[in-house]
Amino acid sequence: MTAISASPSRRPAWQHLIGFNLLTAIVGAILGYLIGHFIGGRIHAPSLDFFGDTGQNDIAILLGYLFGVIGFMIGMGFANYPVRRMLGYPPTLAEHESEGLGLARYFRLCTDHKVVGIQYIVGIGVFFFIGGLNAMFIRTELLNPNSHAFGPNQYLTLVGMHGTMMMGMMTSVILGPFANWLVPLMIGARRMAFPRIEAFTFWLLMAAGVVLVTTVFFGGFQTGWTGYQPLGGQGTAGYDAYIGFFALVGLSMCLLGLNLLATIITMRAPGMTWSRLPIFVWSVLATATLMLLASPMLLAALLMGAFDRTVQTGFYVPGVGGSSYLWQNLFWVFGHPEVYIVALPGFGIVLELLPVFSRKPLWGYRLAVAGMLGVSLLSFFVWQHHLFVSGINADLRPFYMLSTELISLPTGFIFLCAMGTIWRGRIRFTVPMLFCLGWVFNFLIGGISGVFLSDVPSDVTTHGSFFSMAHFHYTIMGGLVFTLFAAIYYWGPKMTGFKFNERLGKIHFWSLFVAFNSTFGPLFALGLLGMPRRVVTYPTNLQGLNVWVSISAFVIGLSMLVFLVNLVWSQLFVREPEVGNPWASKSAEWQLPTPVPVHDFDRMPVFDSDPYPYGVPPVTSPQVAPAGGTA
Amino acid sequence: MNEVHHFRRVLLIWVVSSVIFTPLVVFVLAPGIPPGDGTVQSAGQVTDNAVLFGLSTPIALAVLVFFAYSLIVFRERQPEAVLDGPPVRGHAGIQLWWIVVTSVIVLSLAGYGTARMLDDGAGGGQGPNPIAKPDPSQPPLQVQVIAQQWKFLFRFPGYGGVETAHLELPSNRMIEFHVTSLDVIHSFWAYQLGVKADATPGADNIAYVQTKKPLGFDIHCAELCGVWHGYMFDKGAVVAPTQFTAWIRQQQVRFAPIRKSLPPYSTTYFPEPQKRAG
Repeated sequence: MTAISASPSRRPAWQHLIGFNLLTAIVGAILGYLIGHFIGGRIHAPSLDFFGDTGQNDIAILLGYLFGVIGFMIGMGFANYPVRRMLGYPPTLAEHESEGLGLARYFRLCTDHKVVGIQYIVGIGVFFFIGGLNAMFIRTELLNPNSHAFGPNQYLTLVGMHGTMMMGMMTSVILGPFANWLVPLMIGARRMAFPRIEAFTFWLLMAAGVVLVTTVFFGGFQTGWTGYQPLGGQGTAGYDAYIGFFALVGLSMCLLGLNLLATIITMRAPGMTWSRLPIFVWSVLATATLMLLASPMLLAALLMGAFDRTVQTGFYVPGVGGSSYLWQNLFWVFGHPEVYIVALPGFGIVLELLPVFSRKPLWGYRLAVAGMLGVSLLSFFVWQHHLFVSGINADLRPFYMLSTELISLPTGFIFLCAMGTIWRGRIRFTVPMLFCLGWVFNFLIGGISGVFLSDVPSDVTTHGSFFSMAHFHYTIMGGLVFTLFAAIYYWGPKMTGFKFNERLGKIHFWSLFVAFNSTFGPLFALGLLGMPRRVVTYPTNLQGLNVWVSISAFVIGLSMLVFLVNLVWSQLFVREPEVGNPWASKSAEWQLPTPVPVHDFDRMPVFDSDPYPYGVPPVTSPQVAPAGGTA
Repeated sequence: MNEVHHFRRVLLIWVVSSVIFTPLVVFVLAPGIPPGDGTVQSAGQVTDNAVLFGLSTPIALAVLVFFAYSLIVFRERQPEAVLDGPPVRGHAGIQLWWIVVTSVIVLSLAGYGTARMLDDGAGGGQGPNPIAKPDPSQPPLQVQVIAQQWKFLFRFPGYGGVETAHLELPSNRMIEFHVTSLDVIHSFWAYQLGVKADATPGADNIAYVQTKKPLGFDIHCAELCGVWHGYMFDKGAVVAPTQFTAWIRQQQVRFAPIRKSLPPYSTTYFPEPQKRAG
């Protein structure tokens, strides 16, 4: 980062505070919130008879969030470009070429996809650690069934914050940082298709995270991340934060998916045919499709929820024409693709990294692509397995049982490709490889436990219990978070230019792997023994297992601290430069200089093979061979 | 050593480990897995879990053995030099076989689960028009479960619509639960009975269970329903039919004054005033 700040006109630091940046954005957000709150009060106060039975002024809070976000975006400078263009000024690349700003460019609107990638990983990382801290509090509360560290109200707020933070912010944790950073480099593009939208999705997500955290000032929310209605309708103003958060996340996800789809489809360099696309890019394509198609459903559901709470419609209120099944349906039509939005990028990372560390081409490329597209297609047809015992469409249960179990076919393709790739390879146990292998084990357990939940007779016991909780932590934490760390250790040095400490990385992996399994393995047993999810107390005979789980969870927390220490120590203090190609990867991004130049490629790259030409002599790096064309 | 040898060794280890572990899992571990054989439905769930465990053990072992073998045997022994493995990019036959075998497993799993579910309803909530109905020769005992924040109440339409605060059921009897809610979504989970049915306001969710011998059981709410969700639990009992008759008579006498102010028995209720936001 400092290496590239040697630009001709280095301004004094204080001048960076002038202009549109995070500071003005925060001022804009506060002003916007106050304006929105004022307008909401003006709407609410004159017609108290109509709104009288609400315990609070939800209109003011929701309008406050809306105007606050608009103010934030204007303060960030998103309005400048359209306004300038409307006034007749020529287009400018000033927002893209901000390398002279040094660190300051990470705190303002920047459309360089490499800057946005770093912004994403740091920004989501902050909220990831907030969500993780909530998990530590949850496990503290569950140490004892009778004496409570927090009490039921705070406990449920913690549960809701943890779940919502993880399922909301973490949806973009691979596509935000890594797809934004890597896809243009992998396909030979100089930027994303819509660079301003790219920056917009990031700042929208940050605004969403802040909105969710504000729930603690409004009494929290007691619905968990699923936000079921009509329970949500009873909620205090804290539930408005839930609505605001998920709406912003949904919008951010939708735009992120759109941007990535457009980039992959339209901006591939010559020679980057569909059958040469890196498998990670295929997984991004499959995920982006899900993001684009699933999140509008969430937005619709939330909008109806917001109307129920503010202008007293009755979409989810039984007895006045609404139905609580409506929320369940809409939420899970979004929610089940959502869990694959979380899982699919992990498939791509594992299959992208296994060839590098087995020194072999990816085995069964077409099967892997079919697997990813198959998962993303099937994921739209399984949502009612969340409602197996709800009494809705009971005749359709055999269909949803079948469609859910069918998903194990394309997932099985991914496993076969992983197995074929490592077979007779020359396997190197680097830190990223360890995390990929951790994924294999965790996702195997997660997938198999999913079969129990997809089978109706077995689901009657396990539904809504700690068993299902353990299942999705195996797929999401064991799947997504392990591959996230694989990606950080693998691409991180390329992104920042500095090496990670390998010894600390290995300590991080082994402590996380052991503690993770020791935490979530026993949860299967707790679920089968009859412990429902999201309870603040439990039968005393289950205390031994719960204490074991809590202590293991604290070890996960310590393991994450090891990672933080590694991150801060190696990236901020030691700063050992990473210049070459440490993994001897043949993928395009590793052939570029570190740090990657602002415009990525000097000349239009031409691809003549996929990124896995391992074992084919002569060893070349053909991906970025210049073709003489001008870019 | 050539490829065929490696493959045969993996196969051998897998067969041996499966032969050892699968019976252990199916006959030792799985029968001990809750919810036990207190009712026909819960015993069915135990059987179902045993089948799933029996099937998933060799599958999990296949992947684990393959990975463990590969990671040990094919590890890089000269990490200094970067050497590539053989450039194999796939094998159509293996891929085809994998697709065929996994498809057969998945389809038979779905078929088995459907058959088990239609057999006795598996204790799950089936909505107002159940597809898995019990033998009509013996009329079932109807029990309405009314969930509300944060308590389950029970009504017996066959006994004058009496409403009780706790649940007792006769042994060796088909029970027809009608689960509904007065406010938000709850879930009626009678653990040892093997019954789980969501309680949704405005909906009648029917679940069947065939009780066997007398048994104490736990009732939990299994769907997050607000602040005191964790404390929404109760104890129930399956008792001998004579004891049940005595209990329900006692309840009829005890709750007679309350019965007068209750609404007439219905499959759903909407409390007055309509509960709205806030």
